[in-house]
Formats: sequence, C-alpha cells, structure tokens
Amino acid sequence: MKLGAIDIAIMGAYFVFVLGIGLALKRYIRTSADYFLSSRSIPAWVAGLAFLSANLGAQEVIGMAASGAKYGLLTSHFYWIGAIPAMVFLGLFMMPFYYGSRARSVPEYLKLRFDEKTRGFNAISFACMTVFSSGISMYAMGLLLNLLLGWDFDVSVWVCGGVVLVYILLGGLTSAIYNEVLQFFLIVLGFLPLVLLGLHDIGGWNGLKAGLEGVATAQGFAPQTWTSAWSTTGAAASNPMGVEWFGIAMGLGFVLSFGYWCTDFLVVQRAMAAESMDAARRAPLIGAVPKMLLPFLVIVPGMIAVASTHAGGHIVLPTRADGALNYDLAVPLMLEQYFPQGMLGLGLTALMASFMSGMAGNVTAFNTVWTFDLYESYIRPGASDRHYLWVGRVATVVGIGLSALAAYVAARFNNIMDLLQLLFAFINAPLFATFLLGMFWKRATPHGAFLGLLAGTLGAALHHGLTLPKGSMPGVKGGWIEVLHSYPSEMAQNFWTAIFAFSICFTATTLISLVTRPREERELVGLVYSLTPRPESTATAWYARPQSLAIVVLGFALVLNIVFW
Amino acid sequence: MGFDIRLPIGALFSILGIMLASYGALSDRAIYAHSLGININLAWGLVLLAFGVSMLALWRRAYSARSREASREQPPS
Repeated sequence: MKLGAIDIAIMGAYFVFVLGIGLALKRYIRTSADYFLSSRSIPAWVAGLAFLSANLGAQEVIGMAASGAKYGLLTSHFYWIGAIPAMVFLGLFMMPFYYGSRARSVPEYLKLRFDEKTRGFNAISFACMTVFSSGISMYAMGLLLNLLLGWDFDVSVWVCGGVVLVYILLGGLTSAIYNEVLQFFLIVLGFLPLVLLGLHDIGGWNGLKAGLEGVATAQGFAPQTWTSAWSTTGAAASNPMGVEWFGIAMGLGFVLSFGYWCTDFLVVQRAMAAESMDAARRAPLIGAVPKMLLPFLVIVPGMIAVASTHAGGHIVLPTRADGALNYDLAVPLMLEQYFPQGMLGLGLTALMASFMSGMAGNVTAFNTVWTFDLYESYIRPGASDRHYLWVGRVATVVGIGLSALAAYVAARFNNIMDLLQLLFAFINAPLFATFLLGMFWKRATPHGAFLGLLAGTLGAALHHGLTLPKGSMPGVKGGWIEVLHSYPSEMAQNFWTAIFAFSICFTATTLISLVTRPREERELVGLVYSLTPRPESTATAWYARPQSLAIVVLGFALVLNIVFW
Repeated sequence: MGFDIRLPIGALFSILGIMLASYGALSDRAIYAHSLGININLAWGLVLLAFGVSMLALWRRAYSARSREASREQPPS
C-alpha cells in the first residue's frame, strides 16, 4: 500500500485535532474530580457515544470482521443479544447505584456495598487487565501498520501511544471522552464507504447472500448459515461456531455480556461521568442504538471478504501455515482493494482512531482505579486533592509505559498473553453474580461476596482444566487436569466456562451470606435496590426518559433478530 | 465542563471533506479503477463536508441558545 501526500495530510489533520482537544481542555482541569470524573458534567449523548467508542477498539474492528468471515452473521450475537440487553439493564437498573452512591469507580462501589477485600481483589485484577489489554491492542496496531505500510513497529507503537498519552495527560477523562466521540464518527465515516463499495462489487446484499451460500455448503452447512443469526443454532454441530442456542443465550447473552457491560469500569466510567442521574441512565441506552447497527459496519466486511475469496472475486484472503484462511486480513485487504489515495488516508485514520479510543478507555480506567482504589486506599490515604491529581497524571504515564512493555512481551512471547487472557477470563466470569446479588439482595454479606467470587474464579479454572475443544491439545486451550468432556469449539467452551463460574459464584455467595452477618441496613441505603428510593426521571419528552428509550431499544433489537433470523 | 464537542467535530469533518473532495476533483480518473470507477474521493468528501457542516450548525444553534439564556439571566445593569 502506498500513501500519497493527501493521505498523510488527512492523518495529520486528525492528529492536530486530537491533540488540540486535549490542549483546549487543559485549563478546565483543576481538581481530581475534573481529571477522573469530568466533574460529572458530560451530556448524555456524549457519554453514550464515548461508552460505545471506548469498546470499539482496533481489535473489535479487525476481530469482528474476522469472525464475520469465519462464522458469518452468527457473529451478530455479540451485538444483538451479547450487548443490547446488558446495556439496557445497566441503564435502567444498575446506573442508579453506580451514580447515586457517588462511588468514583466500580471497585469503590464494591467497597461501599461489601468491604475492603472484595474491592482490593477487583481493583488489582482490573488494573492489571487494562494494562494488558491496551498492550495487546498496541501490539496489534504496530503489527498491522508494519504489514500494511511497512512502518517500523517501534515507531508506530510509540507515536500512537504518545499521542494518547499527551491528550489524556492534558485533559483527563473529558479529553478521552471527547476524543472518543470524534473517533466514533471517524470510524463510522471511514469504514462505511468500504462496506458500500464492497457490497456494490459483490452484487449487493443478494449477491453477498448467494456468494455466502457457496461458502456454507462447501463446509457442509446449510446454505443460509452465513446470513442467518438463529436458524442454524438448533444444534451445536449445524453451525460453524459450534454452539447451540442455549449456550449463546445463557453464556454469551447473559453471563459474559452482563459481566462485561454492567461491571467493567472501562465502559461504566463513561456513564458515571454524565451530568445527571437521568443522563447517566440514558448514556448506555443511547450507546445501544449505534451498537445495534455496528454489525453492518464491522461484520459485513468479513462476510464480503470470504464470499469474494470463495467465488474468486477481487478480495482473496491468503491461507495461513495451518491451512485455514487468514481471516484477520479481511479489513486491511479491503482497504487496499477499494480505497484510492485520499480515501486510503481516511480509512487508515479510522483504523488508528479505533486503536486510540480503545487504548484511551483502558488508560483512563487504569489511572482512576490506581489512584482511588489502590493508592488512596492502601498506599497514602488522606493526602491533598492536588497530590491525587498529580498521582493520576503519573499513573497515566506509567500505565502507557506498562502497556508498551506489554506490547513487547506480546510480540516476544505469544503464550504468556494467551495465559494472561485466560486468567482474566476466570476472574471476570463470576463477577456479575456478585454485583447482581449485591445490588438486589440486601442480605448478601461481605464474606459471602468475597468467598463467592473466589469460588467462581476457581470453578472457572476447574471447568477449563477438565474440558477441551475438539481438535486441540491439552494445555492453554484446556484439559490440563484431565479431559472429562470435549466441546465442539473453543467458543462453546468459553460460554460454558462462564455459565459454570457464574452459577458457582451465585450459589456460593448465597449460601455463605445466609450463615454470615450482613451489614446494617442503614449503611446500605443507596447501594441496594430495596433500600433505595426509585430515581424519578425529570424528563418530559418520551425519548429522554430511560424507560421509554429502553423499550424502543429492545424492540428494535428484537426486530433485527427476527429479520435476520 | 469545557466546550461543546460539536465544534471540533464539525470543523475536522468539514476540513477533511474539503480536502477529499478537492483532491477528488483534481486527481487522475485512473486511480478510481480500484473503487469500481466511482470517484469516491469526491463523493465521500462531499458526504463528510455535509456531516461537518451540520455538526457546526448544531453547535451554532446550541451556542446562540446558551448566550440568549445567559443574557436573560444577567440583565445589563
């Protein structure tokens, strides 16, 4: 791929604006609340788009296209059932506690609701996880720019990381949020023409459908498999994901999705920065609307690429050493094929924007959790606000430095990263059970929560150690204790690991809570559903009320599921 | 807090739109063989420009509404 002066100029304009936003916000940062919480002043639509954009990292764009090629429209489950219901639940039922309790972070809510040990466990694992995930996305970005443009890996990593560093250092969370909104529009407007040109080339939606029938039948599946969300999920063997509808609905749609969207501080922090309770509750609901449409932007390119490869069209995915197609190249190849100089600059800028929004999300979540939940709690409590603001800025630098380190570790030792991701999956899987019981059952006790969380994590590890996806060797893929059960695919194993972890945590927390002492009810006002007055929406327009917005969002998601059944 | 984000978004996309559209108007037709013969730079540049300008219009509207409100709250003495 060769860049012209126009491409460089487009990238340059983007960088100027991103840094300019940080610079312009600098003078508004006076206290730690400005830096970490945007002084709770962000309008709902801005918080909502940032909520979505922080999750729309480069891996999402590249990875979802890869899944689109590998599994077709089944990938939409990660959106229509694997995100929307959880986002609605967060907005309607959980934001009142996160926002109303005045907690500054998700771990801090755990401290208010339960006690120190649950917060500590959550804060430490979360801080490590954000550093590693931003490191992995740095690595992916460096690799991609190297492959596409021949740019030096180190230069790409340090330049992109450096830009994120500067704008967060200057403007804190507000800067991250404002840039995420800018990046969101850039991602949409940068990738949309790619989808349109790709569809046009392959003969529109009908041409794509016909092409994908060939892909499906060649692999021994029903012809509609790649263009349908639910119709092939009657049995695990009849779809390429290797999961049946129950595993999808329970594992992905309930445990994994609620565990991520409702408890991950990376996204929740955006809603917590909103200007009012109403705005905080609306933020995830507003984000849900574009979220539903994202499959057309990020999954369809992969579907086009695989259909084109099968039919001998313009896009041909190369084969990897193990004989499978290299699905990760779907988006890069399409950029190269369809975009002339000019648009190429826009497409690459969109790719960099997605990388930066994902990374900034991790970094702002990291510096907040580090400063409030680790430094202020365990290292130096009671210092001045100025001091914590300074610590937050240092944490931003250190966090990005550690991410870069993680990127190099990922480049050298792939297995360590696999292992770490596995570990985080074990820690995360049961988390939603703890929040669910904590928010909706006043009898849940601090000991119950902590021990239940540990039991759930161990349960996840145990389940992983005893099962193996078909065709894998025991080890990092599972079965490292003994292979008692084998799953049709890795995805099926993931979903069931999550289901087991959640159930074990839920049961253990309930049982232990019944035999240990709960906290005084007066301490739990504002933290538990039954002891908190319902938030009344002050909005008069129907679309500004969380409940009516939620109904519209859920209805729309239902329609999409039916249309693409 | 801070400023209205619609201002920089509108400005950036207007600039990008003008850059792409003028490049599209001036560039050699041959480079559009890739994009199926469509002058995508010109077409999409205009889309970006339209988006940028509407963002600026929204910003302008909110801005004048705010300043009207501010002048009503603080009548000149």
